[in-house]
Amino acid sequence: MSALIFFFTFALIAVGAAVGMLFSRNAIYAALLLIVNFASVAFLYLSLGAPFIALAQVTVYAGAIMVLFLFVIMLLGAERLPPSQELPWQRPLGIVLAFLLLIEAVYGIVFRVNSAATLSLPVVEFATPAEIGSALFSTYLLPFEITSVLLLVAVVGAIVLTRAEGGARRRALVSQITQAVATEVPEHKAETPEEEKELV
Amino acid sequence: MIPLSWYLVFSAALFSIGLFGVLARKNAIAILMGVELMLNAVNINLIAFWRYLTPTQVAGPAFVTMVFATAAAEVAVGLALIISAYRRRNTVTADEIDLLKG
Repeated sequence: MSALIFFFTFALIAVGAAVGMLFSRNAIYAALLLIVNFASVAFLYLSLGAPFIALAQVTVYAGAIMVLFLFVIMLLGAERLPPSQELPWQRPLGIVLAFLLLIEAVYGIVFRVNSAATLSLPVVEFATPAEIGSALFSTYLLPFEITSVLLLVAVVGAIVLTRAEGGARRRALVSQITQAVATEVPEHKAETPEEEKELV
Repeated sequence: MIPLSWYLVFSAALFSIGLFGVLARKNAIAILMGVELMLNAVNINLIAFWRYLTPTQVAGPAFVTMVFATAAAEVAVGLALIISAYRRRNTVTADEIDLLKG
């Protein structure tokens, strides 16, 4: 009974936070509601007997990834977007497609999943970090290494994509300023060396 | 005792909400948040199936850790793309980044 209450409480919090994320106008609120969603899902992981996954969810998702989201939102000033009506059919079509997927998935789950699957007794060494680590480094070594290469590629890609094109832009700016000064100097003579320095 | 299908319905609900966010939001950062929600729903599925069907092997949690790493990589590259697009177009509205439109 208490397991039922636990499940429903956190499932409802998670779904409510996700729906609130969809309809919040401010991107900061959307990110904060997504953190609430991730935290309540972490509680569900705890009730499923995966404490390591729950804590990794809190640190990696709710911690690192969402802080990155908040950082970019505040960096770009993208909290609120000006309303645009370029694609008025986009939202209704999205609702229809998402509902189709939900109905299809629920139909499949209700009619196909073997509902006789029940909880078996937990093992003593139950998905501890040591056990997950030994599985990652023995059975799943190749996927693990591919994941590390993926992370490396992502890091390099992020650096290349966001690198400021400092050299080219500064050179363009300098040539623009020198041109402006060259066209302006004949009629507007710089009286003092300070002003000339400002112009340049 | 909570049946397995309840977890699956919950995960399907989160996945559908994330899909709607991807399809309907105009803010590019909100679209990425929808993708995160969908990855999270996949993780719930993995953990629930592991717990109910094969609790003696740790394949489920091992793959969830890989999904974590993939999600982190996806967010890093996605946000870098958004920052790069913002530098050129000065907007994060997905409708206005339409250079390929004929």
